[in-house]
Amino acid sequence: MIQFPGSNCDQDALWSLRSDLGVKAEYVWHSERSLDGFDGAFIPGGFTYGDYLRCGAIAGQSQVMQAIREMADSGRPVLGACNGFQILCETGILPGALVQNIDQRFVCTTVHLRTENRDSAWTTKCPDVLPIPVAHGEGRFVADEETLRKLNGDGRVAFRYCDETGGLTDEANFNGSVESIAGVLNERGNVLGMMPHPERVTSKKIGSEAGLPIISGFLSVLANA
Amino acid sequence: MAPEVYRSMGLRDSEFERIVELMGREPSLTEVGMFAVMWSEHCGYKYSRPILNYFSKYKEAMEGEGLENAGIVDIGDGWGIAMKVESHNHPSAVEPYQGAATGVGGIIRDIFTMGARPIACLNSLRFGPIRNGKAPDEVVKRNRFLVDGVVRGIAGYGNCVGVPTVAGEVSFHPRFNGRPLVNAMCVGILRVDEVATAGAGGVGNPVIYLGSATGKDGIHGATFASEELADDDDSKRPNVQIGDPFAEKQLIEATLEALKTGAVHSIQDMGAAGLTCSTIEMSAKGDVGMDVNLDLVPMRESDMTGYELMLSESQERMLAVAHKGREQEVIDVFEKWGVHARVIGHVTDTGRVVVTRHGEVIADVTAKHLADMCPTYQIEGVEPEHCRLAREFDIESVPVPADLGQALLDLADVPTLASKEWVYRQYDHQVQTQTALLPGDGDAAVLAPRGTNKGLAVKIDGNGLWVRLSPYVGGQLAVVEAARNVACTGGNPVAATDGLNYGSPEDPGIYWTFDQSVKGVADACEAMRTPVISGNVSFYNHGDLGEVLPTPMIGMLGILEDADHRIGGLVTDSTDVLLILSYDLPEVPQEGIGASAYLTEFHGVENGVPVPPVLHSERLLCDTLVKLAAHGLIEAAHDVSEGGLAFAVAEMFLKSNRGVVVDLPEVEGIRRDDSRLFAELPGFVLLAVNSEKIGKVREQIPEGLSLRPLGRLIEERSLRFRYEEREVASVNIRDFVSRHKNCVVLALK
Repeated sequence: MIQFPGSNCDQDALWSLRSDLGVKAEYVWHSERSLDGFDGAFIPGGFTYGDYLRCGAIAGQSQVMQAIREMADSGRPVLGACNGFQILCETGILPGALVQNIDQRFVCTTVHLRTENRDSAWTTKCPDVLPIPVAHGEGRFVADEETLRKLNGDGRVAFRYCDETGGLTDEANFNGSVESIAGVLNERGNVLGMMPHPERVTSKKIGSEAGLPIISGFLSVLANA
Repeated sequence: MAPEVYRSMGLRDSEFERIVELMGREPSLTEVGMFAVMWSEHCGYKYSRPILNYFSKYKEAMEGEGLENAGIVDIGDGWGIAMKVESHNHPSAVEPYQGAATGVGGIIRDIFTMGARPIACLNSLRFGPIRNGKAPDEVVKRNRFLVDGVVRGIAGYGNCVGVPTVAGEVSFHPRFNGRPLVNAMCVGILRVDEVATAGAGGVGNPVIYLGSATGKDGIHGATFASEELADDDDSKRPNVQIGDPFAEKQLIEATLEALKTGAVHSIQDMGAAGLTCSTIEMSAKGDVGMDVNLDLVPMRESDMTGYELMLSESQERMLAVAHKGREQEVIDVFEKWGVHARVIGHVTDTGRVVVTRHGEVIADVTAKHLADMCPTYQIEGVEPEHCRLAREFDIESVPVPADLGQALLDLADVPTLASKEWVYRQYDHQVQTQTALLPGDGDAAVLAPRGTNKGLAVKIDGNGLWVRLSPYVGGQLAVVEAARNVACTGGNPVAATDGLNYGSPEDPGIYWTFDQSVKGVADACEAMRTPVISGNVSFYNHGDLGEVLPTPMIGMLGILEDADHRIGGLVTDSTDVLLILSYDLPEVPQEGIGASAYLTEFHGVENGVPVPPVLHSERLLCDTLVKLAAHGLIEAAHDVSEGGLAFAVAEMFLKSNRGVVVDLPEVEGIRRDDSRLFAELPGFVLLAVNSEKIGKVREQIPEGLSLRPLGRLIEERSLRFRYEEREVASVNIRDFVSRHKNCVVLALK
């Protein structure tokens, strides 16, 4: 669990991994250079460095991100949720960028995600449509046409925002992301970045386990590695 | 010293004379500034202190150890809950984004300063109308600007700092034109044996400055909050502080980690009046003194004077006393989190705070003079004329509308009553993943904190119109309604915190209203066994139409023995009947619709008095609701409040595809059909139940409460209200939902 100054979903995610997924997990401070001994990494949400300059921009420059890149290259699982996704895009580990929501407001609500490609180890256990919370002000995914063509062609769009029945509507695409994209994979398929928060819904204690299939992707990716 | 100098700081001639008498000499400029903030209403409570003695805990604290930053409730299993509400009305009127943001930051600091991790924020907001035609165009425009700025400010700060905003309320009234009320509440959790204190001690112990550097912002903010704002409010803008939620987040983590080291003796937030308040209060509480060298304070501008340094209200700062020799441990923790930590002085046994700048003593004052000897004033209160008129109001002068179904739809289209989803969607209400009952789903939010099975139900509530027209009853109602709300979710109400918002206490009518309503709050809290453990007073809230609606906002904490027993406010798939749980009201004046939302919003008549509650019955009602929830006997519970029974029924069906036929209950004192639908009767709670469990529900109902059938669910999505077989009103739920959902969104577009 990578911790930056301003991470604020780190405790939630650590709890989710430990208690709900049942794996060993611990915090790693952003100044670490090595992730030796770790099988995977979660880059949690929050407002690293206060979102100053640009979301994820400063965190993207931190030492630990070089180790994350090596982990990604080695095929081990990396998941970035919300600010974690923004950081992965900032470093170029994932393509595209996240900009301000179309109505320029922070949105916290539960949305529906359509699983786009079940061949990925991250999505293999996901149902067609899953309700997952979002909480962000800058989550509108954008990418150039060439990137979009590649993402679509290689099956690297993991999730799109949809309505309850899986329909892609303008209303369901609340933040205005290009092609309703909510989450994308790297070329190798072991790194997933998404704006929604699967780690917030992995326990009945707070009402929903809808995020467990995504979080358990850590184990599926490792099994494939 | 020239009188205009101290007068410009808000001190009276008699107060200045008292200062000279206490000090035995003329004070320096810095010293006068320090007295002025400490003796402002904001810090010194000079008008409210006598009246706050109605609160038993306050009285005990003032006579004993003194007040801590926030009260703590022991909830068992070694856990304690700290909570407090604070107002930021004045800064929000001038600069809504920063005013609201720093209000959130300040109240969060009050909580973690006690060693508690902040786990939830709530807020209670009041604005002038946001609909065209309800006020002059430019006023409506300004109101919308304030709503947008305040909501963005709360969101911007709370979301970034990682504390979920889980509940709140927003309402609108012309008396808030241009002068909003912004009250923020924070709830924190801690081990009861790890409470941090604010009383300094240990002669020679180092005094450490923690947090952001000091700048020239917010100088005299506390004095500012103790004045009526003049027309040139913009000139007061430099009095508003600027918030940095990222710095606060680091400060939270660093403070909680530093407290765990055991190297911290005592700690306090630098809130209102900054370094002055923290050095004075920590010294006074600990019966010690402090020598402080201002040259060592981290500054944003190196040329700051001692006066500016002592009076600045720059945000995200704290003051701590460390155990001698262990200061480096504290400094190391803060530096890891990238936060300033610097020793600026030490504790002395003189009882005096001695401040130097550039090697010269610029202030040498006895801490207790500033902290404890603020003069208090008691005004001869007079009942305002509008209270008498309200009692004498003839309800027969109000006609019963022909189409009561339409009246219900019209109420759904009133911003005060409509959905606030537009607001709470902008707040992260789930971060920390402990929010088990979300905004919009129940009468209160329920948190399921890690490390315990217990649940915490939290809610903030207040109705200024009730208080204006009937202060004593209005004060009681604010408490019983907040308690009922947490009980509806299954929480046993155990403690309250209050934000008291009024106009100038120097006005006899306002003072009387303050006195009566606070007495109402205190009496209700006593009877409900929900002591007020902390609170805040905000005076001098005046808008375009004079004083704002007098608004005590009550934050309530309820405990669920098991968070899994939480109950929502919406009918579930297993619901097939509605029941009504209530007690007999001995007095229902004006058919129960005096001072109601129906009378105000539908008829445009702002008069009459609310129905007084029976306090011991309200407690019984709460206990019964808690039992019903704990035994898993009810599907949902929702209390009758603004908009009356009909509105409450409709709200339970906002997310349902079914409808209901309601047989309106007989209520002593009610003869009109509109009253049957819209009377705001205290102690009326709607229960959604599966009919197989009715027998078991009935077994839980004690003597003194009655349980009656209210309605049965139907497949058609409509609400049909009948009285003695006669249809009184009928509404398509879809129509109700679309008005309810879109009202605020459209008004702000």
